[in-house]
Amino acid sequence: MSVLRPLDKQPGLNTATILLVGTEDALLQQLADSMLKEDCASELRVHLARSLPLPSSVDRPRIDLIVFVVNLHSKYSLRNVEESLHYVDATFFLGKAAFLATGAGRESHCSVHRNTIMKLAHTYRSPLFFCDLEIEGFRATMAQRLVRMLQICAGHVPGVSALNLLSLLRSSETLAPEDL
Amino acid sequence: MDETVAEFIKRTILKIPMTEMMTILKAWDFLPENQLQTVNFRQRKESLVQDLVLLCESKRASLRDAALLDIICEDVDLFDMERFKSSFEKILRRALKNVTVSFRDAEENAVWIRIAWGTQYRKPNQYKPVYVVYYSQTPYAFTSFCHLKSNTPLLSQALTVASNHHKIVKMDLRSRYLDSLKAIVFKQYNQKFETHNSTMPLQETLELDMHMDSRIIHENRIEKERVQRVTQETFGDYPQPRLEFAQYKLETKFKSDFHGGILAERKEPLRCLIKFSSPHLLEALKSLAPAGIADAPLSPLLTCIPNKGMNYFKIRDK
Repeated sequence: MSVLRPLDKQPGLNTATILLVGTEDALLQQLADSMLKEDCASELRVHLARSLPLPSSVDRPRIDLIVFVVNLHSKYSLRNVEESLHYVDATFFLGKAAFLATGAGRESHCSVHRNTIMKLAHTYRSPLFFCDLEIEGFRATMAQRLVRMLQICAGHVPGVSALNLLSLLRSSETLAPEDL
Repeated sequence: MDETVAEFIKRTILKIPMTEMMTILKAWDFLPENQLQTVNFRQRKESLVQDLVLLCESKRASLRDAALLDIICEDVDLFDMERFKSSFEKILRRALKNVTVSFRDAEENAVWIRIAWGTQYRKPNQYKPVYVVYYSQTPYAFTSFCHLKSNTPLLSQALTVASNHHKIVKMDLRSRYLDSLKAIVFKQYNQKFETHNSTMPLQETLELDMHMDSRIIHENRIEKERVQRVTQETFGDYPQPRLEFAQYKLETKFKSDFHGGILAERKEPLRCLIKFSSPHLLEALKSLAPAGIADAPLSPLLTCIPNKGMNYFKIRDK
């Protein structure tokens, strides 16, 4: 059972679990720390994985939100995410998956073009966030957003579902990459 | 007498400067006084050595005797610092009238040499000197960057002759930090700490986990541990010597599965240059795999730098 499915397990009581997938462990760790600093009514859990598929483990809770972290400075990190996407069930992309691109601030170091990651996110119909995780202020703000998003995806916010949120986010997008 | 022993004795005696020759042979006490008196010590060194070796042969010198001679040579401080300095300066002055040479003795049989180069008609430029550090007990010298490349052969020659060597080889190892160069070349960088308990690395990992929030779970913990282990095996626990660059020059012929095409017919090899730069290159390489930027183990072209004592490589097709 190497493909992740969103509803294959029972939810934990008041628990919301996020999975961060990316090659750069230090960045993921820092983001996780920032997220856990947030005040949150739900019990948060953060799983960090370098790539998918995950090592098989019975003890894993249901994953409510997957965030794929790509470092724009590294083609290696993009390729890793592209390969991991194959191990995610399509139903995750109904609001329970997102892409996070870091490193856009230092354009001279970028070896992955912004359009590439935008196209990837568009292909998977999922929101894309740009955030330089190395900068504490930006990282804290991003962490806040992710915590709110996670709560919605875990169903802890009455009246709003992951799919609602996805359509809300999508309507505020400007143009699709093809139109640029 | 074995040929190898004869050769060994010949080379050992060749290393002895003429001024010490008698003292050492007497100390060795293998060739008796009366035999030594029959030898002409005024002839050229090569011929003298031949005569001495013949004498040793007739007395059937063994490897033990040869080894003893070697020890005696080491024991007597053969290297005369003053003689080196005067010889070095003389060689430079003979070739170039306008040159300033200064010496400073440093720790551990090291001498710092400052050379300001001039030309036949110009006085030495004191603002662009070259510094050389020579460790007399080793075959290594370290030089700073020389703007006037034309003087390099002369400098090499002076070093070689004054230090009693046969030739000089330029190593492909460059750095701003003399201590790091020394550490690499004298193989002093891998001072391993004693670990009595082989499970110590595992203990370290566990400690790390305890400091982390228990709400954070690393899915690929096993892989992370493998990467840590491989990195430690390659780079060790010790701080790495400090280099700023690694440069790889690649020359290769174009290889293609498709026949024909412009590049396939090209006779000249393709050239490319890859340069890595960093304030501390080896520490940066060491952190690549743990940071998730590269796979472990790293390419041996990167990890062989301290072992091979090179950071400038030329790679050609075999």
